[in-house]
Amino acid sequence: MSARVLVGVKRVIDYAVKIRVKPDNTGVVTDGVKHSMNPFCEIAVEEAVKLKEKKLIKEVVAVSCGPQQAQETIRTALAMGADRGIHVEVSGKDYDNLGPLQVSKILAALAKKEETSLIILGKQAIDDDCNQTGQMTAALLDWPQGTFASEVVLEGDKVKVIREIDGGLETVRLKMPAVITADLRLNTPRYATLPNIMKAKKKKIDVVKPGELGVDLTSHLEVLRVDEPPQRQAGMKVETVEELISRLKEAGRM
Amino acid sequence: MGSEPVLRASVQTGLRFQGTSARAATSTLKTAQGGFRFELTDQQKEFQEVARKFAREEIIPAAPSYDKSGEYPVALIKRAWELGLINSHIPESCGGMGLGIFDACLITEELAYGCTGVQTAIEANSLGQMPVIIAGNDMQKKKYLGRMTEEPLMCAYCVTEPGAGSDVAGIKTRAEKKGDEYVVNGQKMWITNGGKANWYFLLARTDPDPKCPASKAFTGFIVDADTPGVQMGRKEMNMGQRCSDTRGITFEDVRIPKENVLIGEGAGFKIAMGAFDKTRPPVAAGATGLAQRALDEATKYSLERKTFGRLISDHQAVAFLLAEMAIKVELARLAYQRAAWEVDEGRRNTYYASIAKAFAGDIANQVASDAVQVFGGNGYNSEYPVEKLMRDAKIYQIYEGTAQIQRLIISREHLVKFKN
Repeated sequence: MSARVLVGVKRVIDYAVKIRVKPDNTGVVTDGVKHSMNPFCEIAVEEAVKLKEKKLIKEVVAVSCGPQQAQETIRTALAMGADRGIHVEVSGKDYDNLGPLQVSKILAALAKKEETSLIILGKQAIDDDCNQTGQMTAALLDWPQGTFASEVVLEGDKVKVIREIDGGLETVRLKMPAVITADLRLNTPRYATLPNIMKAKKKKIDVVKPGELGVDLTSHLEVLRVDEPPQRQAGMKVETVEELISRLKEAGRM
Repeated sequence: MGSEPVLRASVQTGLRFQGTSARAATSTLKTAQGGFRFELTDQQKEFQEVARKFAREEIIPAAPSYDKSGEYPVALIKRAWELGLINSHIPESCGGMGLGIFDACLITEELAYGCTGVQTAIEANSLGQMPVIIAGNDMQKKKYLGRMTEEPLMCAYCVTEPGAGSDVAGIKTRAEKKGDEYVVNGQKMWITNGGKANWYFLLARTDPDPKCPASKAFTGFIVDADTPGVQMGRKEMNMGQRCSDTRGITFEDVRIPKENVLIGEGAGFKIAMGAFDKTRPPVAAGATGLAQRALDEATKYSLERKTFGRLISDHQAVAFLLAEMAIKVELARLAYQRAAWEVDEGRRNTYYASIAKAFAGDIANQVASDAVQVFGGNGYNSEYPVEKLMRDAKIYQIYEGTAQIQRLIISREHLVKFKN
């Protein structure tokens, strides 16, 4: 049992923050706004740490791509029980254009470099809702994937994943190395306890540049415009069914 | 499997994240060393985050029912203990984290935001432990502080009596030396955690001579709660912080081994008072947490409730009320932070600690009352969260040194400083 698990953690705007679009409509306001670990990434970290506690895997490595602040997110993962961290330094224009394709190239390169048996990611990030990184990473590595996992069971050199799909639950068995993406019901992430936060400061975070991994960060996507969703219009109350029908007809809805 | 439920968030976590952390999160540090700073360290921000999350997600939903039933919040205390939020002052040599008072205050404010009843039960541990931390010998520290980090145990500070609160030198509980033991007889009252403590810090009079000065007449003891002769009174039903366990304790021929004396006979008064310099800032922080909660609840309500065709927050009378509440909360926070920082720097902070406690206690009451006012008729009702805050706030002007005693201390310190 010398398995190493790579967990991707993304720094996103905190889920409780009210999002504002920048006045120039090029994106969302991020300056001075509270950021934290993507909730699905928390679930991914928790699953990896649980596997380590059951002694089914040996090491949990937390990875994050971004500017200096990405290290805060890695620290949270370390405080939850990850053993060490890798910060892939991406900033400025490269960071603005960082999308699932670029991140999955980075993760694929790291997985090969770090001799990984399992990559666990959150199913999607709450800022872009892409739900692509896990799938793309598996494709680049030509590894099997178990996405939307609500249960993960290690069975020797295979892993059984119960997936949440539209029709219900699907069980797949993957031969490792494999990629898993975590869905909401996989587990309840633990709090970082105060003693663990203090211990996390002694854990190592390596800093790596994408170039060192041979990854090209060029993006083939251009964001043209970001707008707020349309304001919800006030509704109106009607007294009878007849009135409802006549109003719907007036509005051309019937 | 279609719709995504809200991720582990209760309604309350939508409240605006306040305090130094949110806005300081991404400010770049201009000064590398020295100078006056209002920035928290990364570790302090992380600690604050854990305490905040615990308070918002676990304390707030449970607090109303604990308030109604008066039941001791065992589950919450156990959880807080597991997260390392309690017993923060215990030195590392005894299995604790040896955190400073400032860090403890950050945590306390967040927990108090959730419920000051829960937070007081937790804070009473710090108060009970402080005499041992500042005056205990290695054996006493290992024995009585060590056990607190191994299991979620409580302790209590046993000084006040039915006939003596502010006038500590007037306590009558007697401790007579008999061989290698002291025999204690007397009555204590209003002891927080009295019924749940594993051990007490007890102050008793060892010199019966009424002419003996306070600085020599009293002795501090550590008493195991299960010592024969220790009788717990009934749980008192108080105005607020109702889930906190407050009782009278009777000592009837209780025998305490001499090994449990702190420092030595006659040293008790100084130890009992010395603890306050370290425990008053956290109490002030607790009052600030309550005030912040009152402000947030009132603000949220004012952005929902309409009258005369507009949101009540648009009416200047209400907006000004909120402004004054905000002024008080910000200043209370600055006051306790200064008091905590001073003592962590190794300086005597009595002046600042008293100012912080006096101010925070007073404003907590004002802000809670104003919050009820903003809510109007609804505020008076138990279905809304603010009447509890008003009931909970009152004790902050009474315990840990009354508002009047604080003023005595501040005037004395101020005059001494001025004359020198």
